[in-house]
Amino acid sequence: MNLQEFLISPVETARRAGPHDRIVLSSRVRLARNLRSAAFPGWAKKAERVKTLEVIRPAVESLPQLSGAFSETMDNLGPLDKMILVERHLISREHQAKGAGSGLVLNREESLCVMINEEDHLRMQALRPGLQLKQAWMAIDQVDTELETKLDYAFSPELGYLTACPTNLGTGIRVSAMLHLPGLVLAEQINPIISSVNKLGLAVRGLYGEGTEALGNVFQVSNQMTLGEVETDIVDRLNKVLQQIIEHEENARAKLLEQKPKMVFNHIGRAYGILANTHIISSKETMNLLSLMRLGVDLEMFPGADRALMDELFVMTQPAHLQKQFTEKLAAEERDVLRADMLRERLRQVGRPAPKIPGAGARPLDKRN
Amino acid sequence: MLCMICKQNAAQVHLTQIVDDKIKKVDLCEDCAKHKGINDTAGFAIADLLLGLGAAQEMAQAGGGEEIKCPGCGFTQADFKKAGRLGCPQCYTAFAEGLESLLKTMHKGTKHVGKAPRSFRQNRDLADQLKQLQKKLDRAVTEENFEQAASLRDAIRDARNQLEHVLPGAKP
Repeated sequence: MNLQEFLISPVETARRAGPHDRIVLSSRVRLARNLRSAAFPGWAKKAERVKTLEVIRPAVESLPQLSGAFSETMDNLGPLDKMILVERHLISREHQAKGAGSGLVLNREESLCVMINEEDHLRMQALRPGLQLKQAWMAIDQVDTELETKLDYAFSPELGYLTACPTNLGTGIRVSAMLHLPGLVLAEQINPIISSVNKLGLAVRGLYGEGTEALGNVFQVSNQMTLGEVETDIVDRLNKVLQQIIEHEENARAKLLEQKPKMVFNHIGRAYGILANTHIISSKETMNLLSLMRLGVDLEMFPGADRALMDELFVMTQPAHLQKQFTEKLAAEERDVLRADMLRERLRQVGRPAPKIPGAGARPLDKRN
Repeated sequence: MLCMICKQNAAQVHLTQIVDDKIKKVDLCEDCAKHKGINDTAGFAIADLLLGLGAAQEMAQAGGGEEIKCPGCGFTQADFKKAGRLGCPQCYTAFAEGLESLLKTMHKGTKHVGKAPRSFRQNRDLADQLKQLQKKLDRAVTEENFEQAASLRDAIRDARNQLEHVLPGAKP
């Protein structure tokens, strides 16, 4: 099966709506599970990994939730396919590096994705647009409950589900949401928010979890503790924290508009100016500027443009998604030119930003302020 | 040890982070660390940092110098120190002693209270039921309600049998 034909076009995925999707890009719950009688993938020899893959893959494929799914071994996926999956957050960077003995099963809607022989034998995840942690948990819980009748899980009544890394022990659950927080970044409130979220035992990471850099003002918030707490409590706790972060972000935006409207309009106007007129642009700069334009859409500065266009461009301008539109292999410099061409073309339909005073309920701006 | 970036100066800043459940170690000289802004880790994943460092120490202490080896997969403590991950499910039994204090620093508790596979769930329910029955029996005996005590004793025996049946050899 051809992965690129199977995948849903970003035009469509960007249009999926969910609660609070103005700020919450997506919700995800993943569970880590292992077979009782096999070494973890990181320690198992290749022959053993191939064997466990042969046990797990048919079991996963047979689930009703995954009928008609895309199923492939990682050695049969090309580097471009794997990159595309990473850019869509369907597989981890660690899984991208895997070959023979690892596999992937992905449903039609791209809402359920099972990685086989990543760090654990099974990493299954449910994804939802917007803030829908509970729904994602229920979906993956159901998949897990069906799978446990077909596979012999490593489980101890004392320690719960046994995982390769002790940090995932117990529930094996990782609940996370991807947040777009340009207001908190512009207001320079993001660091105190991150440290207080950290104090609650939650992790804050960047777009791809690497280092401190949050490209495009996108942050991932997730639980870190997995043992000694019931799954639904973990989901509820994260939910509460996310609601608060949403509130802080909305407040930061309102306050910025009230106190520093010129600064906000300047950032957004410049972002539009560059993106709509650029001839050479890196993916990193693109993401950071698209983030500002997305904020501009939220602030109703771009009549006729919608958030979905920004979200679509956010995915389509990433290296692998850009590359897949061309048959010849592109160098980074060539991609930067083609990315700029695409942005100019797509943003032609978007008019120049027209700052307006925030809608009903907000106080009118004092010009002398 | 030389700095991983300039490969010239001695590494003095040693950073261990768990990124996506994977332990990453970085050794840098002071200049390169400052350059990368690593002196300001406070805002980000400091918990990860501490956990990562703690893991190896805890395991080393627990071993008391003697190398423990997992009988299931041959994994050793040295391997855990290197990889930050275990070899197989049985490792949790083999390294139980060293892991306990590590788990305490890592998690909310050291006892699993979440979801369990169906067979274990039944087991857990039965065990709870058994405890309840035992309590009732104790009360019946102190109240000298021997008729009730007799029927409770039968119920307990049935529950015990069932428990054995669901999961042979499992402790309640």
